[in-house]
Amino acid sequence: MKDSYDVIIIGGGVIGSACARELSRYRLSIAVLEKENDLCRGASGRNSGVLHAGFNNRPGSLMAELCVEGCAGFQQVAEELSVPFRRTGKLVVGFDEEDRRQLLALIAQGKANGVPGLALVDKARMRELAPFVEGEFAMWSPSTGILDPFQLTLGLAENAAANGVRYHLSREVSAIKDRGTSYAVLTASGEAFQSRWVVNCAGIHSDRIAAILGTSCYEIHPCRGEYFVLDQRSGPLLPLPAYPVPNLRTGGLGIHLTPTIDGNVLIGPSAEYTDRREDFSSTRPVMDLLLSDGARIFPHLQGDLFIRSYAGMRPKLTGKTEGGYHDFVIERRKETPRAVNLVGIESPGLTAALPIARRVVRLIQEEEPLTPRPDFQPRRSAPPRFRDLSPEEQARLIARDPDYGEVVCRCETITKAQVLQAIRGPLGANSITGIKYRCRASMGRCQGGYCQQRLVQLLAQETGAAPEELLYSEEGSRLFFGKVREND
Amino acid sequence: MTERRDVIIIGGGPGGLAAAAELKRQGVERVLVIEREQEAGGILRQCIHDGFGLTRFRKSLSGPEYAWRFLSEVRASGAELLTNAMALNIEAPEEGTGGSFTVTAASPSGLLRYRAAAVVLAMGCRERTRGALAIPGERPAGVFTAGAAQAYVNLKNLMPGREIVILGSGDVGLIMARRLTLEGARVLGVYEILPWPSGLPRNLRQCLQDYGIPLYLSHTVTEIHGRGRLNGLTVSQVDRARRPIPGTERHVPCDTLILSAGLIPENELTRKAGAAIDPRTGGPVVDQYYQTGIPGLFAAGNVLQVHDLVDYVSLEAENLARSAARFLASGLPPCPIPVEGEGVTHTVPHFISGTEDAVVSFRVKEPLRQGRAEVRQDGRAIYAKRLPRAVPAEMERLTLPSASLVSQNSIKVVISHDG
Repeated sequence: MKDSYDVIIIGGGVIGSACARELSRYRLSIAVLEKENDLCRGASGRNSGVLHAGFNNRPGSLMAELCVEGCAGFQQVAEELSVPFRRTGKLVVGFDEEDRRQLLALIAQGKANGVPGLALVDKARMRELAPFVEGEFAMWSPSTGILDPFQLTLGLAENAAANGVRYHLSREVSAIKDRGTSYAVLTASGEAFQSRWVVNCAGIHSDRIAAILGTSCYEIHPCRGEYFVLDQRSGPLLPLPAYPVPNLRTGGLGIHLTPTIDGNVLIGPSAEYTDRREDFSSTRPVMDLLLSDGARIFPHLQGDLFIRSYAGMRPKLTGKTEGGYHDFVIERRKETPRAVNLVGIESPGLTAALPIARRVVRLIQEEEPLTPRPDFQPRRSAPPRFRDLSPEEQARLIARDPDYGEVVCRCETITKAQVLQAIRGPLGANSITGIKYRCRASMGRCQGGYCQQRLVQLLAQETGAAPEELLYSEEGSRLFFGKVREND
Repeated sequence: MTERRDVIIIGGGPGGLAAAAELKRQGVERVLVIEREQEAGGILRQCIHDGFGLTRFRKSLSGPEYAWRFLSEVRASGAELLTNAMALNIEAPEEGTGGSFTVTAASPSGLLRYRAAAVVLAMGCRERTRGALAIPGERPAGVFTAGAAQAYVNLKNLMPGREIVILGSGDVGLIMARRLTLEGARVLGVYEILPWPSGLPRNLRQCLQDYGIPLYLSHTVTEIHGRGRLNGLTVSQVDRARRPIPGTERHVPCDTLILSAGLIPENELTRKAGAAIDPRTGGPVVDQYYQTGIPGLFAAGNVLQVHDLVDYVSLEAENLARSAARFLASGLPPCPIPVEGEGVTHTVPHFISGTEDAVVSFRVKEPLRQGRAEVRQDGRAIYAKRLPRAVPAEMERLTLPSASLVSQNSIKVVISHDG
């Protein structure tokens, strides 16, 4: 056995990271196994970045309860973990009588769930809140917000690591053997870990991990959602998320417009059931659909604002023919009493991550008492964001560390100091995408056209990687075929 | 602490350096160039091929040699060159106050603030990316813009690919087709969505034909394949509206896609300063003295309009410098006459004075075998220039004599085919 732990968490997304952080409050040895070479590579980093209020979910469901709880408590989480977050409110816009009926039903549902402040507003009020959004009327939800999903996942994970959680990246779980009082967790890389508890936070693969554990009762139906990212020039036009009336049958919230915390606008997501679990492609028909559907509620939408597209996979428990939503599954089963399965954690999983994690803690506490660690440190600090500071603060930072005076990424005004912190930080970046997620270098309109060379240089310098070992993102995503000429 | 200068130039590429040297020749005292790189020269530093300087110096130079000439001039002129400094902001003076600009720049030596009566924008351009082109498919490693690939090969000694497809027939892509072939890569083809090439005829000849690299016109990449590293592309033929034609898809196995599909003037600072942008050029709206809508704020080179040859960038920047010197000394004539275009992709400048001759540059929308550029005012032709074999890849220029103008109304550059 390579390592022995009290708890092994499978999956380094937002749910796995939240579980790691909440469990690290107790005297437990904990490890996270992540199959990718970095955290936040699945649904956690491929969504709208919205803190949901909780009106979209059925009263009495876990989704509704945990979403409302997560939304209400997020201010504290954002402060503790330095996660950029803003309570913008949100509009769900309607055009006709059918939409109005649906919005009234949504308000009633939200009220039953305990969502504060929901109200139907007329066009004039809608335009006051979002001057460039199209529609005849809207539902206003004041408690909805936007957040940086990478920083949330990273903040949880870094905080967990600071409290003693061990992270093992590039470890794909291939088999789990129940040895009576413990599990042997085997990885595709040939390593074996031992653990008394297993927490399955494997997202799109959670049904497979459950099956490996010995529970074959779940089936995940992968459902892809595609997005466009718009230039920050569009940011001032959209102060808050604007959604159409949800199409409950398809099981998505409809193609919506969301401002990001950094000033971009996202359009999406679409909803297509696929056979592949990690199909992060963009497709022409959907790209056209995003543009036409998005323009219905945001007429300022134009192709020349596109800077990137991406796609994410929803781990749905409902198939194409059923549609709609199944509730979150968070349970221990008789056949696997020391395993907690988290299955079908789709939207609003980002919002509900911490309440979900607290529920996992309770499920373990049902079996054994957990002793709080007196030295638990709830806070994680993030490096300063040079761009958002006043000139005086910028000057002070440069005086303290001249690397803050070297702007590496022009579009996002990211300095060398920030890039170095992204690489050197706890659970630091080992790829260009890793740097990008952590500090936003190359996330802007030139998409690394200017700064990628510098990121490559800094990554090589800091990690000692040879040219052919430098990665763009995941394993196998090598950037270069060695040197042009050997004698440099 | 805020230091004073007469003129601040943002960007030390070919435009900024030429402007600095000329401003000094014109007798302007305190000229400062702010350059983000460790060394000035801009994109020329990575352009190790020759062909630069044929117009400006009547001699074929490599990019670094061409830059070196201007850099030497700037150094000898006494202009100040601040490298490793990124201009973060330009604050224009309040309208009508005759006050000065404030420029803020970040550098390892501190957050620097300068005041100046005039600011020259010479930030150049950036490349159109995969995201802007909205190419469908997966998101593997192995997609590079041509300029980035050029920097990796020529400056960083890093080989970006072995089996390469190039999308877009822009000049940097053509140059890279040859460069990568010379370094042992296989360039499988250049795919151009338009029915005509975007690059210069001489580059088509010297970089593709001479190396047997095929050029596929009216084709585009319709899907990118590969999970870790790119492993293939789907290419398709397109119709006249540039839409892929179903049934023409072809799979091309390769490991690299290089994009050479357009350049975008880099005007974030210009926008922040409050100057109007022309959506056709992507550059600021200027008058014939290269002055933007904000008095004292000038722009030339690729930040104003994407050029075909660097020689014209330098020449334009030198013209700008003479105007800026005049602005400081005695002021510039008003420019009330709007310039429009027909059959052209754009016209620069956007306004002329009517009292002095004006150079108008433009590109034809479609290739012409034999044509004319006519300048019309009040419905009649007031000037004409023959355009033998004009192509969109080349920038055209005409000098409009002020005497030819018949009123203060707008003028229009109109392209017509002769036979």
